Amino acid sequence: MTDMKKKKLDSATVISIVIVLALYVAVFIAEQFIPATSMLFTVIKKGATYALVAVSMNLLNGFTGIFSLGQAGFMLIGAYVYGIFTIPVVSRMDVYQYYNGGLVQFTLPVFVAMLLSGLAAAFLALLIGLPVLRLKSDYLAIATLGFAEIIRALFQWDKLGPITNGSNMLRLFPNFNDFNIRNANGDVVVYLSTLVPLLIAGVCIFVIILLINSTYGRALRSIKDDEIAAEAMGIRLASHKRLAFCISSFFAGVGGAMLAMYQTTVQAKSFTTAMTYEILLIVVIGGIGSVTGSCLSSFLFVACSEWWLRFLDQKQVIGDFEVPLLRNGFRLVVFSIIIMIVVLFFRQGIMGRKELPDLIRQLQGKKVGGGASK
Amino acid sequence: MKKIIAIVLAMMLVLCAAATAETVKIGVFEPASGDSGAGGKQEMLGMQYANKETPTVEIGGTTYDVELVYADNGSSTDKAPSAAQQLVSEGVSVVLGSYGSGVSIAGSQYFADANIPAIGVTCTNPQVTAGNSHYFRICFLDPFQGTVLANYASKELGATVAYTLGELGNDYDQGLCTYFKQAFEALGGTVIPESFPTGTADFTSYLTNAANYGAQVFFCPVSIAYSTQIVQQANSQGVTFPILGGDTLDSNVVANAAKGTNVKIIITTFYQEGATPEFDEGFKAWLNEDAEAMTNNGGNDMISAVSAMGYDAYYTALEALKAAGSTDSAAVLAALPGVTLNGVSGAIAFDEVGDAIRNAAFVKTINNETGDWEFVAEQTVE
Amino acid sequence: MWNTVFPYLLSGISVGGQYALIAIGYTMVYGILRLINFAHGDVFMVAGIIMVYMAASGVPLWLCIPLVLVLTALIGFVIERVAYKPLRTAPRMSAMISAIGVSYTLQNLVLYVTGGLNQIYPTIPWISDSVTIFGATTKMVTVITPILTIVLVVALVALINHTKIGMAMRAVSRDFETSQLMGIKINRVISTTFVIGTFLAGVASVLYFTNYTTVIQTSGAMPGLKAFVAAVFGGIGSIPGAVVGAFIIGIAENIIKGLDIILFKAGIISGPMGLATFSDAFTFALLIIILAVKPTGLFGEKITDKV
Repeated sequence: MTDMKKKKLDSATVISIVIVLALYVAVFIAEQFIPATSMLFTVIKKGATYALVAVSMNLLNGFTGIFSLGQAGFMLIGAYVYGIFTIPVVSRMDVYQYYNGGLVQFTLPVFVAMLLSGLAAAFLALLIGLPVLRLKSDYLAIATLGFAEIIRALFQWDKLGPITNGSNMLRLFPNFNDFNIRNANGDVVVYLSTLVPLLIAGVCIFVIILLINSTYGRALRSIKDDEIAAEAMGIRLASHKRLAFCISSFFAGVGGAMLAMYQTTVQAKSFTTAMTYEILLIVVIGGIGSVTGSCLSSFLFVACSEWWLRFLDQKQVIGDFEVPLLRNGFRLVVFSIIIMIVVLFFRQGIMGRKELPDLIRQLQGKKVGGGASK
Repeated sequence: MKKIIAIVLAMMLVLCAAATAETVKIGVFEPASGDSGAGGKQEMLGMQYANKETPTVEIGGTTYDVELVYADNGSSTDKAPSAAQQLVSEGVSVVLGSYGSGVSIAGSQYFADANIPAIGVTCTNPQVTAGNSHYFRICFLDPFQGTVLANYASKELGATVAYTLGELGNDYDQGLCTYFKQAFEALGGTVIPESFPTGTADFTSYLTNAANYGAQVFFCPVSIAYSTQIVQQANSQGVTFPILGGDTLDSNVVANAAKGTNVKIIITTFYQEGATPEFDEGFKAWLNEDAEAMTNNGGNDMISAVSAMGYDAYYTALEALKAAGSTDSAAVLAALPGVTLNGVSGAIAFDEVGDAIRNAAFVKTINNETGDWEFVAEQTVE
Repeated sequence: MWNTVFPYLLSGISVGGQYALIAIGYTMVYGILRLINFAHGDVFMVAGIIMVYMAASGVPLWLCIPLVLVLTALIGFVIERVAYKPLRTAPRMSAMISAIGVSYTLQNLVLYVTGGLNQIYPTIPWISDSVTIFGATTKMVTVITPILTIVLVVALVALINHTKIGMAMRAVSRDFETSQLMGIKINRVISTTFVIGTFLAGVASVLYFTNYTTVIQTSGAMPGLKAFVAAVFGGIGSIPGAVVGAFIIGIAENIIKGLDIILFKAGIISGPMGLATFSDAFTFALLIIILAVKPTGLFGEKITDKV
């Protein structure tokens, strides 16, 4: 990272940073004026969560070439750790109703708990990595998927109930709305419930970008291109893969904590392989190996599935004409057909391997370098 | 720039005003798909029928059209938040639902944050209303239902060993199994609790477990999807113990599955066909003329208790709107605790937690020859 | 003890046979295309849905079964042509993601068509009847499944070893490009593989849903995943491996469901431990153990890296 500082930032990078900052400002302003019940904010909150998880998956699948399908498992760890340590002590009797209030009888500050979420996921990744990272491509994919399923079953086990609440929901922990600043009457003075999650995701993704552009990131990319050549160049395969796996899981864990805050409840049952597939689709649609692409496609994916296509699920009458086919479930049919079209005909995804600064350079008429922003 | 913003804002206000004038929106937060989809659809039928019967309401001297706004919570706690958020963004005055306690709890926070009251229809887990002021419910609770069933198992069936089976991560199943266990053990019985993972289709091993443990009753208050499987597999394994269930089993889908088998099924529920003849007749007539409603009811015109509850929930909401004298959700929330209704499923009034004051449940069984539900007893617990 | 354990074994062998039939589809496709066909479990589910709708529309059952099998095979053929063939030269991950996309599409289509409600599978006479063997009562299909599975596998192995198309399949799975140069019609071989695989999944669906009578859009996910694990467990690409793996996994998961009571009766534990929670997870644990010891599965060939 030291060599980053030495390098001069080119104009495209500066413009990109300005664009991102402008977006933050826009969100902050929008939040103060548009009613908080608008779907826009739901989409941004969930989109930010998915963006972080997608980028963390991209770090493995896109940049390192480790095809892992364990993302849902690490998110589950993150979500549970966050939930377990932040439920207010007074509410524990309600939440752990079948387990006498549970074992944990203290709470941690929100951000400490989030950090812990990431660390717990990373630690587990370290353990799982020992047997799993020795495997090759498809075998690795199915083994990580298997671990995610095992984690899910373990968290549902009745005997761990005093900690995990068995298969029952964790709830009543602080959620995004608690970031709003309220006055003494409980009225909201400054809305921050959308900006904060966006900031958390932004900071995490920024760290990942720094990592990708460091020497370490270049080593990872060389592993993706050719493991044996990379090893011959003196890159220690095992330790690099392990570290990439742990870092990716760390951010998946933080993403899990954010998902918990978004959903306001946590339940192991919902962290299925379908969730991992969904994130993988986001990565592919955005472009494997592009951080910008993963972020963009997360927001698009969430907006389409939660908001823009909702009308397809309801009967629509234009004049006297009732549009045929529209009923519950049609939205998902249209959505999956769009996904198939992208997968089959736009194989590079939205961004290919390009990043935002590359796009700007393109607009400026300069030659575009292949990989991530330099 | 300021001018443009002002114009846009003004236009938005006009549009909003035009859209909401003379219409009051009631959110329907129900599963239309997933494991509880069949039950959710039957509950919605009750609301739709009520809406057809009484499509307008007089609030503060103005007559409003009532519009039902649907959001499918997909029977799953991870889809519930966005469905709840969808209703909130539609600006509904009050929410009805859901079938299933887990999804109700999962959506709860969103309604609370938007200050929208919710009326639980058949979510029986105590956690739905406990510790909050915006969730109400018109049905009885699981500690009560569990006790009724445990009493019945112990006293009427003479059982001393019971096997309970619930879905992992389903708050309704797990809650009811726990309350059944507590009550049954208090009566001197032994309970073996087990759970199965979501998506299980093969219940033969669980049925074998129950037989191996020497269970005399098999208590499985699971969703309709699983209970039909359990009934069929119990039949092909030739089990001898009766199957006990909660209100979720009260569905013609389960009755169809049990038709022609030797499996004895006993359940507790909210409503018995015949209790309010006018409602029964009207509802059946509607089902018979509306093909889509008939399909959603499982293909015949048998009345499920959840439909009657959905019907009552709709009228409870109308009463609340009338009492509030406004379509503002906060006003409805303030008015709800005092609302009373003489519904088809019985008199409805709320206690301080927001639960309906009810102390009676109907015990029903399936006639294996005709595939009809038959009334067994009305049970109360002091 | 035997009376306690036997019913679990019986369920296990039955479900194992059904997994085996699905697993063959995974393993054959992988052997030839090196593609994990994630949509295979969903094709199995779609076969069930077709049966439900066909029987409901009044087609007699004896005609339904062959029609369903033909239609299922056709679906397999179409999926390959539409979703996988265009990606044959693309990186392997693209095809796999396309498979995930197909799986997503099939599930959502069925969700839309059925309205998300459980469909009750029609009762097929004779194989739905109850029988009692060694003191355990079960459906006839439970007994038939392992026998039928073995007959089909023997026939399949004969086809692969003794026919021209079988020889072509073996050649393609050994070396894709060389066999192309030798004049083997690659597209025909791949299509045949998909047709055979989905046909067997169709057979599995008839057996499976006769036993567990509800079909919903997610019905294929778990059996599909288990069958895939079975294929990896046995060494993906190997047909006998997939069959052995499927039976082991089927039996193991049912034993786990009854492990509490078995251990309890054997006096090892004093009360229920809730081990049934791990019936699905155990499958994956078994897989990871096998992979850690033998990274290419029980019967898998050793992969050598080419530099």
